[in-house]
Amino acid sequence: MSYRQGKYPILRKDNLAKNIYSLTLLCPEIAAETQAGQFAHLRIEGFALRRPISICEANPDAGTIRLVFEVRGEGTAELARLNENSLADLIAPLGKGFTLLDPPQKAVLIGGGIGVPPLLQAAKHYGANATAILGFRSASAVILTEDFAAAGADVRLCTDDGSMGQKGFVTTALEERLQMGKADLLCACGPAGMLRGVIALAEQYGLRCEVSLEERMGCGVGACLVCACRSVKDGREFYAHVCKDGPVFDAKEVVL
Amino acid sequence: MADLSVLFAGVPFKNPIVPASGAFGYGREYEPFYPLSKLGGISCKGMTLRPQDGNPPPRVAETPAGMLNSVGLQNPGIDAFLRDEVPNLAQKNTVIIANVAGHTIEDCVEIARRLEGSAVDMIELNISCPNVKEGGVAFGVNPQMAHDITKAVREASSKPLMVKLSPNVTSITDIAQAVEAGGADAVSLINTLLGMRIDIHSRRPILHNNVGGLSGPAVFPVALRMVWQVAGAVKIPVCGMGGISTWEDAAEMLLAGASLLQIGAALFADPYAPIRILEGLEEYLDKNGIARVTDLVGQVKPY
Repeated sequence: MSYRQGKYPILRKDNLAKNIYSLTLLCPEIAAETQAGQFAHLRIEGFALRRPISICEANPDAGTIRLVFEVRGEGTAELARLNENSLADLIAPLGKGFTLLDPPQKAVLIGGGIGVPPLLQAAKHYGANATAILGFRSASAVILTEDFAAAGADVRLCTDDGSMGQKGFVTTALEERLQMGKADLLCACGPAGMLRGVIALAEQYGLRCEVSLEERMGCGVGACLVCACRSVKDGREFYAHVCKDGPVFDAKEVVL
Repeated sequence: MADLSVLFAGVPFKNPIVPASGAFGYGREYEPFYPLSKLGGISCKGMTLRPQDGNPPPRVAETPAGMLNSVGLQNPGIDAFLRDEVPNLAQKNTVIIANVAGHTIEDCVEIARRLEGSAVDMIELNISCPNVKEGGVAFGVNPQMAHDITKAVREASSKPLMVKLSPNVTSITDIAQAVEAGGADAVSLINTLLGMRIDIHSRRPILHNNVGGLSGPAVFPVALRMVWQVAGAVKIPVCGMGGISTWEDAAEMLLAGASLLQIGAALFADPYAPIRILEGLEEYLDKNGIARVTDLVGQVKPY
């Protein structure tokens, strides 16, 4: 456990799509410790609970991390009002991230909507050994595809309405990718329905699969036990906790 | 430098600040922030005789100036607590309070028996958990049952016994007096207030348990009032909690009659809340030339 709490300056703020914002923060100690798939827990003035936001990128050389989030309610709306040069209060890096296999092992990263950002740091690790299958509702919701391409990943873009990239769900594109060649690991983040589809394909193809989950959260560090998710280990079901046991879980251990 | 130490129900605390049961686990997760030795004590996560899974999620909902939770006492059980947590806690130079939450009197008695001989310094008997279907708050809303369970645990244990009271009652002083008569060495209050939120789009309660316990700044005035009433109604010491999030809240709670304080929901916004409250309190005492923190206890001057 090497997380810390502090207030860090926002170097850059971008509006990536409607209601989706990117914040780049200067926090060298956190950037140096962050692993792909971990999250930051942000305090928002006037709210009793922090908001967990996945860490999209960590750049230890520049001492920065990047957070991409969607405005979903009052808390994230307030978060979106933070501007460059103001301070963000965060606890990070938190939770367990994705397994990073050594090259030339190949990973397929599957993201849906706001489930896309947590996969970017893993894409940077895998580079050309990554296929990134990124799904969005429509062209106007598409984010980060250039970042995944810049990381070296083979990007397959899907939209539900076909307004950009391939029309249809990421699971269709994933099946096409798996028929073409081998993969050593699937990493997925997105809506529960999408995750179920990805896990089913992983089982069908006998592939190792990791999924990143979300749940309403309290302390963020594993003490308060509110962010429970149904899990299974050695045939016994129990409640694990997204903040400490996850957010990334082995697909064999989750009950969705 | 003011003296922050408190002798509470015979247990020496180096200061009156204790993270509340359920908000702090067994302390491990907060060690990256500060050494546990800075705390007066730790009230550990409520435990049952056998491991308990807890309620399905969602277990938390935000509210104006607070939060609802319905964890449902997820815990690994008394034996795992003794095996996996107590030896670690015993090295941390802080008071260990075991929070006991049985479903029956027999469960609570058995847990108390198993705590005998352990490094646990004090028992906090939880007769007020709103999130479990049996036991818990059922004991805490009836004076006779509150008395009987306190008496049974008192007879089974040689450790100082504090009983944690529910605010979801008509008269909390009646319950406090009942547990005092049953042999409690102290009372702690308040546990959470039963509450609810509904998602207007799905028409579903936000909590899967439908209802849950309200905590945070929203409940502070209720907690303060109840602590003040109970402190005036019993002779045993009172541990005050419920929405304390600043040192000023802590000072109010001491003035109302609490001599020990627990901090819960404030930890979620600020993991350093107990330390910040302690430092603010110390500065307040020093600035005002108050020699001992205990000099504040019960010193409110009511009209």
